Amino acid sequence: MAMKFGVIIFPGSNCDHDAYWAFKEVFQQPATFLWHDSSDLQGCDAVIVPGGFAYGDYLRTGAIARFSPIMEAVRKFASTGGLVMGICNGFQILCESGLLPGVLMRNKNLKYICKPVHIRVESTDSPFTHSLRRGEVLEVPIGHMEGNYYCDEATLQQLQKQDRILFRYSTPEGTITPEANPNGAIDNIAGICSEGRNVLGMMPHPERASETALGMTDGVRILQALVTSGTLK
Amino acid sequence: MKAYVYVSLKKSVLDPQGKTIQGALTKMGYQGVEDVRQGKFFEVTLDGKLGRDAAQAEVERIAREVLTNPVIEDFRYSLED
Repeated sequence: MAMKFGVIIFPGSNCDHDAYWAFKEVFQQPATFLWHDSSDLQGCDAVIVPGGFAYGDYLRTGAIARFSPIMEAVRKFASTGGLVMGICNGFQILCESGLLPGVLMRNKNLKYICKPVHIRVESTDSPFTHSLRRGEVLEVPIGHMEGNYYCDEATLQQLQKQDRILFRYSTPEGTITPEANPNGAIDNIAGICSEGRNVLGMMPHPERASETALGMTDGVRILQALVTSGTLK
Repeated sequence: MKAYVYVSLKKSVLDPQGKTIQGALTKMGYQGVEDVRQGKFFEVTLDGKLGRDAAQAEVERIAREVLTNPVIEDFRYSLED
């Protein structure tokens, strides 16, 4: 059963075509672009908030993007259980929009980091991880300046208790260590989902690891989970 | 009328940029620096159509809803005629 994917384009998005390519060409799914200034989700089954520098990252990353008409539509879509996946800048936008708790702060070392990292699958209870194995390690690239996930202690406890941390930075062997944490994120958090489990935000880029030509293919495992999530219902 | 809005990180939030500046100041030999916190400053020129009370309320709304992320930041502001 095919799903229709919508990839939002903000002024400054730059991973929109990569995400579109992954769903359209790699997974052979219907896909379309969604313009930031429209509030029409075109009947999409899943919305991708892609990486990049929406509105130039002015003010704060994601701070201006959250006020765009498309995000108002995404908020409504998500509140009725619609699937939303925010990657990198998309994660930042979802946090600013209040669809996910917390915030992505400047990397602890104050540097832009672009490299492959290892993430451990912490929960398979989501449309984005249902076909993965808990504890398995994926190699996926990151490329960000603000990936240092932060939330207050009460929120962190809630995320842990509700099993909403889907990915954590780990060693290649799957151990959670401070050294494996590239950006200072609290509790090595690389990706979390909403309370309804239908909204995912993650800093690593699965779409950049979705074909052998790109040098890495572990991202396929995550995108595949989303593509086949229709069978869960 | 002008509004001056100061946005700073909450006390409970680490500020790596401030720490880096503090370290640099100490290394450069500046005396007496205990801590540095970096923030943002906005100078907002108002068109004068709102009365002072309404302008104040509007500036507060702008600061709270747009200029700060309440998860990590606090703000204060002042108005000048």
